[in-house]
Amino acid sequence: MVDVHLIGITKRFGRVVAVDDLYLDVEDGEFIVLLGPSGCGKTTTLRIIAGLEKPDKGRILFGERDVTRLPPRERNISMVFQSYAVWPHMKVFDNIAFPLKIKKYPPEEIKNRVRWAAELLQIEDLLDRYPAQLSGGQRQRVAVARAIVVEPDVLLMDEPLSNLDALLRVKMRSELKKLQQRIGVTTIYVTHDQVEAMTMGDRIAVMNAGKIMQVGTPEEVYNKPANLFVAGFIGSPQMNFIDARIVETDKGYVAETETFTIRLPEKYKELLRPLRNEKVILGIRPEHIYLEPRKHTTLAAIRGRIDFVERLGSDNVLHIDTGGKIIIAKTSGNYAYKVGQEVEVYLDLDKLHVFKQDGEAVF
Amino acid sequence: MGSQKGFLSAIHSSYYNFIDKLGKYVPYILLAPTLVYMILFIGYPLVQGVKLAFFDEQGRFTTANLDYLLNSELSYFWDALKYTLILTGIIVPTQLLIALLLAFFFTSFRFKGRGVAIYVAVLPLTISDVAAGLIWYTMLTGNGFLNKLLINLGIISEPIQFFGWEYRNMEILAIVLAELWRSTAIVFVILFAGLQMVSQEYIEAAEVFGASTLQRLRHIVFPLILPSIQAALLIRTLFALQIFGVVWVLAGRDVPVLAGEAYYEQVSLHHSGVAALYALIIASISAILGAIYIKFFKAKYLEQ
Amino acid sequence: MAGVMGNPLKYSFRGIFIAAIASLVMAWILVPIIVSILYAFAAPSDYYDVKKIIPLKYTLEHVNDLLVLGARDAMLNSVIVALLTIAISFAIGLPAGYAFAKYVFPGKDSLKLLMIGLRMFPIIVIAVPLVTLYIRMGLYDTPLGVALAHTAMALPFVVIITSSIFAGVPDELEEAAMIFGLSRMGAFLRVTLPLALPGLAAAAIFTFIMSWNDVFIASLLTTLNRTLPAFILVSAMAAPDFIKFAAAFLMVIPAMIFVFVARRYLIAMWGITLR
Repeated sequence: MVDVHLIGITKRFGRVVAVDDLYLDVEDGEFIVLLGPSGCGKTTTLRIIAGLEKPDKGRILFGERDVTRLPPRERNISMVFQSYAVWPHMKVFDNIAFPLKIKKYPPEEIKNRVRWAAELLQIEDLLDRYPAQLSGGQRQRVAVARAIVVEPDVLLMDEPLSNLDALLRVKMRSELKKLQQRIGVTTIYVTHDQVEAMTMGDRIAVMNAGKIMQVGTPEEVYNKPANLFVAGFIGSPQMNFIDARIVETDKGYVAETETFTIRLPEKYKELLRPLRNEKVILGIRPEHIYLEPRKHTTLAAIRGRIDFVERLGSDNVLHIDTGGKIIIAKTSGNYAYKVGQEVEVYLDLDKLHVFKQDGEAVF
Repeated sequence: MGSQKGFLSAIHSSYYNFIDKLGKYVPYILLAPTLVYMILFIGYPLVQGVKLAFFDEQGRFTTANLDYLLNSELSYFWDALKYTLILTGIIVPTQLLIALLLAFFFTSFRFKGRGVAIYVAVLPLTISDVAAGLIWYTMLTGNGFLNKLLINLGIISEPIQFFGWEYRNMEILAIVLAELWRSTAIVFVILFAGLQMVSQEYIEAAEVFGASTLQRLRHIVFPLILPSIQAALLIRTLFALQIFGVVWVLAGRDVPVLAGEAYYEQVSLHHSGVAALYALIIASISAILGAIYIKFFKAKYLEQ
Repeated sequence: MAGVMGNPLKYSFRGIFIAAIASLVMAWILVPIIVSILYAFAAPSDYYDVKKIIPLKYTLEHVNDLLVLGARDAMLNSVIVALLTIAISFAIGLPAGYAFAKYVFPGKDSLKLLMIGLRMFPIIVIAVPLVTLYIRMGLYDTPLGVALAHTAMALPFVVIITSSIFAGVPDELEEAAMIFGLSRMGAFLRVTLPLALPGLAAAAIFTFIMSWNDVFIASLLTTLNRTLPAFILVSAMAAPDFIKFAAAFLMVIPAMIFVFVARRYLIAMWGITLR
């Protein structure tokens, strides 16, 4: 097991820059998730780490070892493919045993290891079957067993759960995570599903347009998004974004929007000073907008009218018209709100984010 | 009023019952013309063929045709069988090898003009055996392209003779060239399609798990296209057993073949019974090969 | 291992290798075709001149002679036979193809297997018995008779190809048409058929070529009303070289035109029928 370093990786396909001068350090034994929308370059990055693509620029280090020029087979990696890539002409046993056979393990050891991996994934009973006789979930387990059987330095997973149905996906999330913790292999996991990223990753690298937008623990990317993209990509429903202008008044700094003005907390004074009279974007998550006042936090109250209610059972997602600007709020499902009802909404200013025009977070 | 409505709805619902019942039979109704046609134009002639071969005009069983076929001095049966098998044995394996290499070539390399090259490679698909024979006659005849080319290059001084009874081996060579030229395209198409259906991820997975190029070819690609190889082999073998047009154009009866003898016995000698027997022999060999293929070669992993 | 920018030496070797193989393939296929076309129009003086590898003087004489000798009628017969074959085999085979594509019914698998098996059936077997039958029925030496035999040869292909074409049209499209008020027949005619049309046209071309190229059946079932291959088989054997070259030209040209027109579909088509 090793740590992985990507140093200035760039990859072009024709004119398209798939990966753009990317730096990333993955610690030994870490589970890191590359998260981003489709086409953001996350799969290309994974394939470059695997050696299936050659970068145009940059270096890849596994520990001290520079593997940039090495073909996949000399990197001691494993991979779980999106389509599983379980070979249809081999029985499950032979699929799992393939990496060992190629590496010329003795037959007895092959048997033991395949059994070990199969037991971990609970597919001991399927070893004698052909993939065509398996369900999607079972095939996925075979793919994972095949990937861990060699004890690779680095385990790569390319959206391994995206082809499973919703229930199985939730189940496999925790199983994969536990499995990774148990064998402690450095894991790089690609997904576009933020829930998967939040629940599985030790750290998340959010990618967009070939660049890493932010690397951090799930808490960090959720609570302290580094920019508009990360703020908007993580969290559901999406964070509310409101155009505003920072104005200095005798009561301190306020943010003026088209429909309301809120006073910004004293503690951000220093950060706000350079932004006087600048246009900014306010960001606040729906779960940080309340319909009842709360203690121990700084609130800003604004008036609005309920425009639409999404009832999710446990929660209600309210679309609140604040005079032309719709704000989304998430509240517990107990209250029965009606469309058209006038309400007072409270923005939790301790959870407020301010972004500069270029998208960079101020706080 | 009420009863009329009830009456109408009764008609209505019985109409739909009828449609429902009919619905079950719709696919069979759609298939019926094809099946009937097959029975009339394949099944019935086949029975007639057996009758022609083994029964005389009074409907009595006879081995006269078989005797003639096997023993008559006029019959070229043994030679025809020999040459058919020789030609099949040379042509099919050679073109399988060529097609395999070409299919690998066109799947491994992406280059400018690849589409055109593939199009050209499959061009002979539409060219008939007679036309292919004539085209290669143009190439190989005494004043043909090849001889003139070689003479002008100073490689030979006298034209190489490909045609005529005394050059029978050269005639065989000409037949082989023409058939390789014409029918390798079919094998190529089957193998190329088979190779393209092999998911790139299967190969990449093997690459990631440590397999070298050769190992990937041996353990992944080859087993996965084996069904295509077998299908191509079977189809080409069956067609090669019916080889006729090319041979007739290039060599006539100098190189007798089974289908050619059937044609000759029917058209020139009016031995319908013998011609039918030839046809039945070709059909039997084909059926046996088909059965062997299904029994032994069907890939296990394709069975559910 | 090549560097990131590509080792130039290795790169050029690869380029030369690819160019060499590709040119070899093109030459192997194209040279005989081009030569036979040029020779079909070669002036005799150039043909017999050893120095002239490629003839420089051309004449329409040989092709004209061949046409007058009977190739004109034979071509006409070939076209009639091929069109009849398309008409009959599609009229019969299209519904069957549709049934295989859109219905699930008991016996489907075995029937489909039967079609696949029949596709390999050595169809020349039926030609000899058909001679006797046709003489009795008055079909001997008629284009219809040949077309009926060609239909037996083409039908399994038509069924398999059309079924795969129809299967390629999503069921939902037809179902949507039925939801919005069309009968199944109407949905087929107004939705599925138009969408399948390009594929069906290619399948028709495939059938045309199958019929156009057959020589064995046509030779046995005709004496005076020959199709082109049958006519050439009988007459070209004894004819002078020029007539043979002209014959090759006449036989190849229509097929090549069709391939060019339908080239996008044809490879896929052969893929389907031979799978």
